[in-house]
Amino acid sequence: MPPVVQLEDIHKIYDSGEVPVHAVRGVTLQLHRGEFMAVMGASGSGKSTLMNTLGCLDRPTRGRYRLDGVDVSGLDRNELADLRNAKLGFVFQGFNLLARTTARENVELPMLYGQRRYSSAEMHARAMRSLDIVGLSDRADHFPSQLSGGQQQRVAIARALVNEPQVLLADEPTGNLDSKTSVEVMGVFQQLNAQGITIVMVTHELDIARYCRRNLIMRDGRVVSDIPVPDRLVAEAEMTRLREAESAAKLTD
Amino acid sequence: MHLGSTLTVSFRALRRNPMRSLLTALGIIIGVGAVIAMVSIGNGAKSMVEAQIASLGENVLLVFSGSFNQGGARSGAFGAGTLTVDDAEAIRREVSTVVAVSPEVRTGAQVLANGLNWSTQILGEGPDYLAIRAWPLSEGAMFTDGDVRSVGKVCIIGQTIATQLFPDGSPVGQTLRIRSQPFKVVGVLSAKGLSVQGADQDDLVIVPYSSAMKRVTKQTMLRSISVQATSAATLDLAQNDIISLLRQRHRTTEQTDDFTVRSQVEIAQAATATSNTMTLLLGAIAGVSLIVGGIGIMNIMLVSVTERTREIGIRLAVGAHGREIQLQFLTESIVLSAFGGTLGILVGIATSELLSALNNWPTLVSTTAVVIAFFFSAAVGMVFGYYPARKASLLDPIDALRYE
Repeated sequence: MPPVVQLEDIHKIYDSGEVPVHAVRGVTLQLHRGEFMAVMGASGSGKSTLMNTLGCLDRPTRGRYRLDGVDVSGLDRNELADLRNAKLGFVFQGFNLLARTTARENVELPMLYGQRRYSSAEMHARAMRSLDIVGLSDRADHFPSQLSGGQQQRVAIARALVNEPQVLLADEPTGNLDSKTSVEVMGVFQQLNAQGITIVMVTHELDIARYCRRNLIMRDGRVVSDIPVPDRLVAEAEMTRLREAESAAKLTD
Repeated sequence: MHLGSTLTVSFRALRRNPMRSLLTALGIIIGVGAVIAMVSIGNGAKSMVEAQIASLGENVLLVFSGSFNQGGARSGAFGAGTLTVDDAEAIRREVSTVVAVSPEVRTGAQVLANGLNWSTQILGEGPDYLAIRAWPLSEGAMFTDGDVRSVGKVCIIGQTIATQLFPDGSPVGQTLRIRSQPFKVVGVLSAKGLSVQGADQDDLVIVPYSSAMKRVTKQTMLRSISVQATSAATLDLAQNDIISLLRQRHRTTEQTDDFTVRSQVEIAQAATATSNTMTLLLGAIAGVSLIVGGIGIMNIMLVSVTERTREIGIRLAVGAHGREIQLQFLTESIVLSAFGGTLGILVGIATSELLSALNNWPTLVSTTAVVIAFFFSAAVGMVFGYYPARKASLLDPIDALRYE
């Protein structure tokens, strides 16, 4: 099976200001189906630019990017949009749900665009299935303001999954969550990965990266380290540990 | 994205913020409401005038002294009197297409009866007057040629005089003093109500013109001559014949005519033309407020686009084409303005009904105006929503997603 993501000598140079910024300087990597990769690096390391390239939101200045076999360099703005709709799912740090819109309607959003047309019954059914996967089908008619941070992020994950993408791209998904909720959400990602979904996650927290399987570290636009994660954490185990620690704390009070 | 989901998305977006949507549409609501109300009032006035034409008598010409075209001094209508009773007789005698003639003089005077007095208008007319005006009597009979010849002291009174001065029983046979002279009431006119200008048409007394000229006023010239032609077909011919006859008698030419001959239709048309111009003017002013409403929509849509930059970023990220974003915002703008237009139409109709009830103005809601107003408001949404929608569609997803 060919890799789902193939980057060949990717460069990105921003030319808008006085000095051109060489954000990504020759990144070559491959991602196979079912991988769970963390991308780490300080600010300015180029990890955001790399994610934008992976997400087909931006075109590389040099080099080739093949997503699921499709070379994206020949595609125009609308074709890229269709590609994103069909093959990618996005999860953001700030959740980016539509306010005053129910969870179900939020999850339905990607189905309003793209090449495939769904009837409203089909959209309803697919959205509910997606919410089911993240365990929120009982909150389908809630507004984001009525959901906790963790629940909102899970709705965002459901939205990212609704079109059955090849790759899930997550940009600091636990950045706005407390430590306990972060573990919960990482548990959802691990569950999805166990079912075969490919995930790429940008994070600057080593603790969070330990839930992934592969760790890519960037500096000054280059990959400086690309290793499997040692001492991998399992979310369920961590949740249990936290719960025990909490009840232990209560007993001593 | 097909039309159905575009409309759904747009409706959802507008529903998310109902107060803002309403306030944005307010300009359109007021503009359209004003247009509809003004046009309805204008139409109502016009139809009243048209009804008045119908009630004034058919095939009627009015000859009055003074001309609007006089070379040097414009004496205007009813100016220095130049029409004589002989002119009226000549018209009756010599113009074959004329079937009835009534010379007219007019003055105001106090009248007394039963110890009550009243200030009213005295009309001196010929016996054909009621027939020419198609004004039936409710009691009694019109005075005759004999009364005119004998300068008789007889009169016909309007309903208002009857009510005011003869509260008990029939006025017919009773005496009415006009400028201290006793006149016998021989008939009572049927009610006519208020004129378009708001005057009481039942507040008058009609006496033979000879009696008016000799006993009530000192006028020797006529104010006007009412003429009835044999039929609608002969009206123009009659008009021309009268003009030629009077030109001959007065020795005037077209440039120096000291009289004017108008058909009732022409008079009414002049009034209608004025009200048409008024309606158009009012409509135009209201139209300006529609434009202002459109600018309001554009402003709010621009603010909306800026506020929803993140949302646009998400839509682009999950696969929206720029065109689809543009269509979404354009649809929102059109839905907003069309919704405002509909509300405005309802408000306009309600306002015109209210004004009609309060002030006794007639109003007529024009279907044409409603349809034009609706499509115009939708067009305003399309025109003023275009720029914000275009702006939204050109956003870069990465920048949009990063927007604070």
